[in-house]
Amino acid sequence: MSTTHHAGPVGPTRLLAGLSGGGRASLASHIDQWGRIPDATPGAILDALDASGLRGHGGAWFPVGTKWRSIRKAGLRTPVVVANGAEGEPASGKDRLLVMQAPHLVLDGLALAARVTGAGQAYVFVPAEVVPSVRDALAERTARRLDPCPIEVVVAPDRFVAGQETAVVSTIAGRSPGLPTFQGITSIRVKGVGGRPTLVQNVETLAQAALVARFGPTWYRSVGTESAPGTVLTTVSGRWDGPRIVEVPLGTTLARALGIDPAASGLQAVLLGGYGGGWVRPEIALTMPFTEEEARARGTSIGAGVIALVPTGICPLAEVARVARYMEGQGAGQCGPCVNGLDTLANALEHLAWRPQGLRGGAAAIPGLCDLVEGRGACRHPDGVARFVKTGLEVFADHAALHASRGPCAPHAPFLPVPNEAVRGAVR
Amino acid sequence: MSRTRFRLVVDPIACDGAGVCAELLPELISLDPWGFPIIATGDVPPGLIDHARRAVTSCPRLALTLVPVGS
Ligand SMILES: Cc1cc2nc3c(=O)[nH]c(=O)nc-3n(C[C@H](O)[C@H](O)[C@H](O)COP(=O)(O)O)c2cc1C
Ligand code: SF4
Ligand code: SF4
Repeated sequence: MSTTHHAGPVGPTRLLAGLSGGGRASLASHIDQWGRIPDATPGAILDALDASGLRGHGGAWFPVGTKWRSIRKAGLRTPVVVANGAEGEPASGKDRLLVMQAPHLVLDGLALAARVTGAGQAYVFVPAEVVPSVRDALAERTARRLDPCPIEVVVAPDRFVAGQETAVVSTIAGRSPGLPTFQGITSIRVKGVGGRPTLVQNVETLAQAALVARFGPTWYRSVGTESAPGTVLTTVSGRWDGPRIVEVPLGTTLARALGIDPAASGLQAVLLGGYGGGWVRPEIALTMPFTEEEARARGTSIGAGVIALVPTGICPLAEVARVARYMEGQGAGQCGPCVNGLDTLANALEHLAWRPQGLRGGAAAIPGLCDLVEGRGACRHPDGVARFVKTGLEVFADHAALHASRGPCAPHAPFLPVPNEAVRGAVR
Repeated sequence: MSRTRFRLVVDPIACDGAGVCAELLPELISLDPWGFPIIATGDVPPGLIDHARRAVTSCPRLALTLVPVGS
């Protein structure tokens, strides 16, 4: 690699170190803080990304260099690149924070992706409330001609599946807004927006890529571990008054990163990866190395970085049922197994939570319902719900037995955020 | 002669769950409690390729496809 990189910030706080704590960083203060991206050939940038070990932080943890290379090679048509900031997950706030306060870091990453892939058009796909921040940032950049291609803002519909990559493509293309499509064997990387090879990349991933391009892979790997380098933005709830965005070095333990004593955590369980993620026992979640591989080995995923610390004293089955019902309503209503399966699943869980005697087959019948929806939708929404429910029933097996023998818990205030929730505890 | 291997894939958005395919190809397609097809995993056995083709062409929603493996 012949590129000369600048010296980057020292220590485990990187993306968040750049945030002023208040409003949007202007272009001037952004360049003040981070400097410019050094000139480098697309090949050198790809080599740096590969060497950094950066993976996608929107959920699937796919290697970024590999993905950008595949777009470059995808075909003769000019590619399209998309910054995905939809963040439909109610328990996540890291992408909004980043786009709100450091839009230029995200846009640097998007411009970089456009340059490397040879894209002719770029999009920023974000919820309505952060659109002004992006528009203002884009106006500053256009005046300075910073970007290699036009960048357009597209409003992400307020729906859990809106950020799924085929839903992103169909919304941008002006077809069914917020609804996934069936890709069959063709990927959007080959045929996406307007039939063009399309790169959909999470906004945090792009911001991380913009840092790799500035400071180089050696700097990127100076935090984290050999096999899990760098940091990840997480949204932590249950530790402080409200949810907080925390930048966690990969490979550390959550006990350390969050300052929790695993022997006296007062926790009942930890939800990793959000509503499409999975439940882990607190002693394991707090002491395992925080990496995607370790999370997968325990049946879950870091996903988009949601960490919900669920205290003792609340009914976890009520939480699982509330979220399952929310996720059922958030499906796109397009696929039979998803529509019918998630409703049946949510019904069973509502019984288990609030009217356990009425549940035919008891809790034991529920994992089979999960198997029935897994892998059978056009998108992986049902798979995420299945993982959330299955891991929940494993971790809360004793609690389910209590419900069966002693009846449901007394109602209490909800813990996990569920927008526009209907009457809780209603059993259909 | 090396024969191309195939897999059956259903487009769950297009599928209406009327179950025509399961009637024509019960060896590989069963129905879930709501009438939507569950396709057996793995390649279509060579002896069933013709039956699979018939199921594909009979699907009223064009929701079923035979996909060459490795493509
Ligand atoms: C139901 C569902 C919802 C998703 N929502 C988001 C989202 O809000 N933001 C996001 O970046 N990725 C989301 N994804 C993942 C995207 O499909 C895609 O993998 C990601 O944007 C790629 O970026 P990355 O490689 O940088 O993670 C979602 C996936 C599924 C199945
Ligand atoms: S699987 Fe569910 S969420 Fe995904 S496209 Fe089908 S109906 Fe919509
Ligand atoms: S025949 Fe076609 S539409 Fe009918 S159930 Fe089978 S795949 Fe679905």
